[in-house]
Amino acid sequence: MNPGDTILSIQDLHVEFPINIGTVRAVQGVSLELKMGEVMGLVGESGCGKSTLGFSILRLLRPPGRISGGKILYRDRDIAAMDRRELLALRGSKIAMIFQDPLTSLNPLYSIGDHFVETLKTHEKGLGRKDALVLAERMLESLGIAKDRLHEYPHQMSGGMRQRIMIGLALIMNPDLLIADEPTTALDVIVEAQFLDLLNDLKNRFNLTIILITHNLGNVAQLADRITVMYGGAIAEVAPAGSLFHDPLHPYTRGLLASIPNIRLDQPKLMTMPGSPPDLVDPPAGCVFHPRCPHTMDICRKERPPIAARNGHLVNCWLYKERP
Amino acid sequence: MTEDLIRVENLTMHFPLQKGFMANLFTREKKFVRAVDGVSFAIRKGEVLGLVGESGSGKTTTGRLILRLLKQTSGEVFYRSKSITAYSSGEMECLREKMQVIFQDPYASLSPRMSIGDAISHPLRIHGVADGTKARELTLAMMEKVGLSPASFLYRKYPHQVSGGQRQRVVIARALVTNPDFVVADEPIAMADVSVRSMILELMVKLKEEFDLTYLFITHDLATCKYICDHLAIMYLGKIVEIGPLQEIFRNPVHPYTATLLDAVPVPDPKFRRTHPMPKGEIPSPINPPSGCSFHPRCAYAEPACSLTVPELVDVGMEHRVACPVKAR
Repeated sequence: MNPGDTILSIQDLHVEFPINIGTVRAVQGVSLELKMGEVMGLVGESGCGKSTLGFSILRLLRPPGRISGGKILYRDRDIAAMDRRELLALRGSKIAMIFQDPLTSLNPLYSIGDHFVETLKTHEKGLGRKDALVLAERMLESLGIAKDRLHEYPHQMSGGMRQRIMIGLALIMNPDLLIADEPTTALDVIVEAQFLDLLNDLKNRFNLTIILITHNLGNVAQLADRITVMYGGAIAEVAPAGSLFHDPLHPYTRGLLASIPNIRLDQPKLMTMPGSPPDLVDPPAGCVFHPRCPHTMDICRKERPPIAARNGHLVNCWLYKERP
Repeated sequence: MTEDLIRVENLTMHFPLQKGFMANLFTREKKFVRAVDGVSFAIRKGEVLGLVGESGSGKTTTGRLILRLLKQTSGEVFYRSKSITAYSSGEMECLREKMQVIFQDPYASLSPRMSIGDAISHPLRIHGVADGTKARELTLAMMEKVGLSPASFLYRKYPHQVSGGQRQRVVIARALVTNPDFVVADEPIAMADVSVRSMILELMVKLKEEFDLTYLFITHDLATCKYICDHLAIMYLGKIVEIGPLQEIFRNPVHPYTATLLDAVPVPDPKFRRTHPMPKGEIPSPINPPSGCSFHPRCAYAEPACSLTVPELVDVGMEHRVACPVKAR
């Protein structure tokens, strides 16, 4: 496979969580293509479905959550249709994931070395503990952590260090796709900046394709090649990073960009978006954003918008629909 | 010149470290977490001071000490030039009508069993300001002011029935209903989503003008400070390393830590590139802070002398003070 080939193709994915008061339609018809070697920023507010989308790629949804439709093609194999054995072979070795809170993802009773040994031996049955530890040492080195820390336990490490261990565990099997779900949300600003620098460095060294899920547009601005903005379980806009920030098309993207503080700009006031995100048990008819949209038209209340291509963006909005 | 509403002098909070029983028997030495270590500043009436730092810098402890929610190890807090450090709990209770607080987590700071209206009117009854219909009227009026409308409809709702943004509005309304003049806002928007954040921030600015409030705005996010703070105090390991007018600090950050912190703020612009490399490592433990200037092990400008003497805040002009002898020269 060459850079630029499609490594992951999500087609009309639907995810739902049946709960006592109805069905939460967390992801409603999302289609997305990921090219080999690119960093895709997946951005949106809480409840927009970004993490659910990330979890469904590895089929890690917690019950009662389930994929109710669509395909997830990884190198032309449909993850949504895989059986348990195929999934286990895929998880960790081909596609890896890191999560928001490294402390809950690490076992407090395992040393850092044990974590690496367990991961390696799960995927390579014949590997001995000694050889596994050598591989772990090499990984720690590339993360900028002293190798004698392999004997330490998670509680002896700082938050930033733990998150680096997490990414080391994720990359030890040399996967080609990394899903990072809010990896810096629990970190302080300086540590966050350090971590994003590391991620950029690892991307090049390990030839990674990355999906970086975050609520902070500032985090993905310099790292991502393309950005997908989600709202209410659907994609609002997909665009190259530069173009998304300078020429956002979807009214939600525009509102979101205007409401984030930019320390480098002289904006005296932030914009605010009236209203709140939709209830996904009973989503609004038509476009999910229409109750908060400043440009609502009649058709927005009735029909879901089609995807329109405009200036290299894909935008889910009636404003950009070519009129016949 | 307007008077100082709040002044703290040399405020210090050392939490004793819990040791095991045996360790207590065999060692004399006591260990402390130096959460706040000699902090002094003043907030003038009508001003917003942003207290900024990473986790573990002591910013929240400072806020709690000012409100006397914690008993300080040493130092004093002055409210309208009167020392409140020796106030009895009864005297403090009266003062709480005027000094209020907004916490980070609106889920944890509202009782799930109290309706929104009851929660907001509760301080009125505690402080004997009003009760019965009068309390209800004041509450409804306050709810409209913070954008909880229709107030009479939301009055009977419970916290779980409203959105996160509305919950934070409830917390703000409850803090302001007794008509305080000083509010400690401890990371009031850290939990909120981007679109909710800007709304809460805007509301806080509006209410500040309307009620003539003075805020201590505690945050880890320098970018939001720009929209609400007049002055900034940057904390590192229990000490203020730089303090001054916001514009001045943003334009001319002197302390290397402040410069790093400003540089680390995520910028929503793909073309932006950071100018300084990030320092290695993380904020050290406040149990055994580094000697001398506590930032020296991570500082790119450190000189041998930095590990020996604890730097004092030095005036560099424009009310701007910095605790770094190397950069402030």
